Amino acid sequence: MKNDLILRVIVKLFVPFILLFALYVQFHGDYGPGGGFQAGVILAAAVILYALIVGLDEARVFVPDWIVESMMALGVLLYAGVGVAGLVLGGNYLDYFVLAHEPVDGQHRGIFWVEMGVAVTVSGVMLKVFYMFAERGQDAEDDA
Amino acid sequence: MVLMAATVVVMAFSRDLFSVVLLSGVYSFLMATVMVAMDAVDVAMTEASVGAGISTVLLLGALHLCQSRESRPAHRPWLPLAVSLAVGGLLVYGTLGLPEFSDPGAPIHTHVAPRYLNEMKTEVDVPNAVTAVLASYRSFDTLGETTVVFTAGAGVVALLRRRRKDGRP
Amino acid sequence: MTIGGHFTYFVTIFLLIAGLFILIARGNLIKKLVGLGIFQTSVYLLYIAPGKLVGGTAPILADAFTVYSNPLPHVLILTAIVVGVATLALGLALVVRIRESYGSIEEDELLAADTAEAARETAALR
Repeated sequence: MKNDLILRVIVKLFVPFILLFALYVQFHGDYGPGGGFQAGVILAAAVILYALIVGLDEARVFVPDWIVESMMALGVLLYAGVGVAGLVLGGNYLDYFVLAHEPVDGQHRGIFWVEMGVAVTVSGVMLKVFYMFAERGQDAEDDA
Repeated sequence: MVLMAATVVVMAFSRDLFSVVLLSGVYSFLMATVMVAMDAVDVAMTEASVGAGISTVLLLGALHLCQSRESRPAHRPWLPLAVSLAVGGLLVYGTLGLPEFSDPGAPIHTHVAPRYLNEMKTEVDVPNAVTAVLASYRSFDTLGETTVVFTAGAGVVALLRRRRKDGRP
Repeated sequence: MTIGGHFTYFVTIFLLIAGLFILIARGNLIKKLVGLGIFQTSVYLLYIAPGKLVGGTAPILADAFTVYSNPLPHVLILTAIVVGVATLALGLALVVRIRESYGSIEEDELLAADTAEAARETAALR
């Protein structure tokens, strides 16, 4: 598929729009359908599309292994961190009311960071699993 | 929905695994369409992206690595068919007691959901009810779910990590 | 209760039976995982269908609507979908490793290989 010109051009046109759509879904999760999970999966799908058409090694240049692995863990840490922040500021674990001066603003802030954490972890895991499968396939072809 | 049933029947009896995987993608997409008809827009978006996207990619990746065609089953499938039909019969008997489809007086609509929908404006002020419940009212469940996703990723890394020939992991 | 009213539940149960059948009756491991996926998605439908109100709309608050479908099943199923794909990924990783160790992913051949291995080990111990 590396040599197919039409596919390469279309992928280079589409991938920015898919990434933008992922960001839109993430940040508009409050006002329309969407949220962290969907945004994370769409982000991973954009990179997977790029890797499928242009090549795994080129995709790994843009999103290297260490970024993906740290994304997997950082999301969960961010989520748990929001909870601990609630504890530190005087409320219960994962209490959003104490995160800002107005309780409702605290809710907005809490939901924002929590969804961000979810999206980061989900996209990291999906991408890492894809990388693992593809790498195994590459190794199998190299050995054969 | 009848289309989904037909897809599943073809999937059960097809032995070419590549077509089974593609049909599963079609099935997920049909499921997402049905969910939109049921007003479950968030779920439909997630099912479409996860089921028709990621699942199909992963299955195709595993298929490429395993490279097999399903062989002829050795036993006649009468016992599994009987078991499945028995389970189905029990479930049909169970659904006879369910409330009417789309009955506003059903217990599912009178217990906690009205409280969420009514108090949401004052407590959380986020128009999307699903996000509000997921991230605020029931955020412990979402924390657990994120941890599950991370654990699955870590498990896949642990299973499929390969030592290179010169010893680097 | 009317048959028309319960049609959704019957289709859901049919999908459930079909998924269960594929899971039990087929020997190929990847096909079993696909059957498990079908089983899971039919359960999602089973949860979401009772939450729908005819004449209602998606549970996003807006001034123009007063009747909403129930958001609670949506939340539970969202979690379930993501957990389902996580288990699928893990299951497929296991299948890939099994294929590399045993050379096949058919249940009968795996069972035969295991019993032969066990017989060899007991013979070697004696």
